[in-house]
Amino acid sequence: MDGRGILQGLAVTLKHFIASYVDDFKRKNRYFSEEGVKYRSSPEVEGIFTIQYPEERRILHENFRYIPFLVYDEGEEGQRDIRCTACGICAKVCPAQTIWIVRAKDPNTGRPVSKPAEFYIDTTLCMNCGLCAEFCPFDAIIMDHDFEIAVYDKPDMVFDIERLLRPASYYQQIRPTQYAQKAAEREAKAKAKAARRGAARTK
Amino acid sequence: MAQPAVAASDLEARFSDILTPDTRKGYEGYIVKPEGLLAFAKALRDEYGYDYLSSVTGVDYLPNDMMEVVYHAYKITGGPPLVFKVQVPRDNPVVPSVTSIWPGADFQEREAWDLLGIRFEGHPNLRRILLWEGFWGHPLRKDWREPYYEGEHKPFKQRTSGPHFWHEDHSPFGKNVDYPPGFDPYTWEPETADQILYESVVQRTRKPEQEELHSEQVVVNLGPQHPSTHGVFRMIATLDGETVVALEPVMGYLHRNHEKIGERNTWIMNIPYTDRLDYITAMSNNFGYVLAVEKLMGLEPPERAQYLRVIMAELTRIVNHMWAIGFLLNDLGAFFTPALYAIEERELILDIFEAASGSRMMNNYMRFGGVVRDIPEDAWDMLVKLVTDRLPRKIDELDRFLTHNEIIKSRCLGVGVLTPEQAIALSTAGPVLRASGVPYDVRRAEPYGIYDRFDFEVAVRYHGDVYDRYLIRIDEMRQSLRILEQAIRDIPERGAPILAGKPQYQVRVPAGEAYGRVEGPKGELGFYVVSTGKANPWRYHVRAPSFINLTALEAMSIGNKVADLVVILGSIDIVLGEVDR
Ligand code: SF4
Ligand code: SF4
Repeated sequence: MDGRGILQGLAVTLKHFIASYVDDFKRKNRYFSEEGVKYRSSPEVEGIFTIQYPEERRILHENFRYIPFLVYDEGEEGQRDIRCTACGICAKVCPAQTIWIVRAKDPNTGRPVSKPAEFYIDTTLCMNCGLCAEFCPFDAIIMDHDFEIAVYDKPDMVFDIERLLRPASYYQQIRPTQYAQKAAEREAKAKAKAARRGAARTK
Repeated sequence: MAQPAVAASDLEARFSDILTPDTRKGYEGYIVKPEGLLAFAKALRDEYGYDYLSSVTGVDYLPNDMMEVVYHAYKITGGPPLVFKVQVPRDNPVVPSVTSIWPGADFQEREAWDLLGIRFEGHPNLRRILLWEGFWGHPLRKDWREPYYEGEHKPFKQRTSGPHFWHEDHSPFGKNVDYPPGFDPYTWEPETADQILYESVVQRTRKPEQEELHSEQVVVNLGPQHPSTHGVFRMIATLDGETVVALEPVMGYLHRNHEKIGERNTWIMNIPYTDRLDYITAMSNNFGYVLAVEKLMGLEPPERAQYLRVIMAELTRIVNHMWAIGFLLNDLGAFFTPALYAIEERELILDIFEAASGSRMMNNYMRFGGVVRDIPEDAWDMLVKLVTDRLPRKIDELDRFLTHNEIIKSRCLGVGVLTPEQAIALSTAGPVLRASGVPYDVRRAEPYGIYDRFDFEVAVRYHGDVYDRYLIRIDEMRQSLRILEQAIRDIPERGAPILAGKPQYQVRVPAGEAYGRVEGPKGELGFYVVSTGKANPWRYHVRAPSFINLTALEAMSIGNKVADLVVILGSIDIVLGEVDR
């Protein structure tokens, strides 16, 4: 016990301390720039790695998931084509049982149609598991990136359909890979269907 | 699972009067008559080498009017379990306690008493463990209904179809809450329960000569609101001077009856819930659970998924050990510098988890028959860089930083010693067991997944003190890196399937029982599931390593100074989300 171990440890601390300043010199954009944030969350980082939220933000991976939203496609006349068909799978699979859907009715016949009239997610209960988005057959419910959802009143934490709807362009922007992949899948399916129809007709 | 041939025929012949094979479809092992249990258990331990009782739990078979206690005993030298069960009538479930043979059954039997109301005769301290003393009823019984009860299983009709409601409005405080006769929550004072607790501790340790000397033992209450307890956990230490003579852990402050929730859930809904057990090691928790259910379903994940699972599980081990070491140093008073250095590496690994699973901690990554999605390419590059370059460097640095530090040495060497005999008898697992000189690692003892393919050593240290429990975590991280290197080298090309079959949210699980266990970073994490072929598990039990390792806390602490209690607790490395469940 001659204190050599302590000195050795202190040398490590000193190295970390100096590394931050050396890094500051070497990298002009170490702080408050996207490049700097990227660097500080990369395996190359030396020295201080803290990201100064909220002035700086982590770059979320596109697979990041938070409270889900509903997707609508922008129609030609500016109408919102909600993708959801009110099939109810997400409500059934949701472990926290936070989803409540009311089917729309045809205004003329009064029969239920495959569109949601109301759609609620109780975000006080949602555990951000992503199972709803995973099993939705219509790519209609997607996990969001927006994690800053604090509100003052508790009832505001129950998201209704207006709060939940986001355009497909937003979906494409936050999850380009998944968006492209699902779009390709849909297209392939549609093609296969058309081919089958065509084959049936020529018979 | 196959029983070892020698023992099986031998056992059946020898204990033919108390032993019958369990012939229910999908079940294994033996059914033992309660009156013969102790003799059988003793023979198992002393003559057949099943000296390690890993799991004890109960199942309520309400339709058969029967309670069953399920034991999983292992040989510490490795191999499959010997499963045996005791069946008793539901209205008077009394089973002899095996604590005299395997002291590690202590907390687990208390848990079964607490949650299922099975009485263990001969248990030295059969009190509630997770729930509080005034609690009425045994919640894991199938006919027990919780406040805010909504249905036997999910999906709950009224939630997905009725109008939206707040749950607290739906069921105001009193509804469906039962109290013991004569109990009034408004006049009840918690002191009574505490007094019982304190007295039981003091009585246990009072010596006659102390009465003569008029010296007294002091009971010191550490926690529950104490930063060193890593959550809300309480230790009632009895001191003679400054030396600990007895210690009673009190837990359950974070109890939410994970298992009851799990039995209301469908099979798949439980995967995200397992994330929340030990929230530092969600990937390992997923792994254990899907392994148990896959056993029942007879599913085999494709190659690439197997490798991805191993990669995630080993990264989790590094994450956990980094965290454990960092916070052990906090407990020693080295406030946060070592912890921050360790957490930095953890953050980088969590970036990989985020990219693959969508979440840094609550990963929900594995599915029955595979994993939910492949690891994205950018995350893969990061993983390779971390494993081949950064992590080995950083682990060496941590080693240099801490291992030879004289203060750490003088605080840790020889403190909180657990002998190998104690470690086995008390059913400890993971680093706690291996630091006591017992090289038992589920990855070797009973390989699961593809662990039999990897070349690695089971880290072992021999002194059983806090220092060795620190060192073993450094050793294990290095072994994990070895496994990771091999996994990165051998994994099938991207594009290979990662899920057996199609993604399904309603899985069909044949009736039967299964016990899936993995070597989690904190020790053996086991899931005991019973299926009746329905959409949700009949029984869902978690063998939580943090919880069972605490059984050894008293043995480690006795004879040490009260000032060392915090670091002894820290060296076990518990997470209350898993302890309290
Ligand atoms: S979001 Fe998807 S799963 Fe949910 S109801 Fe709509 S279409 Fe069905
Ligand atoms: S993320 Fe999970 S908890 Fe939240 S709404 Fe979807 S399924 Fe339910």
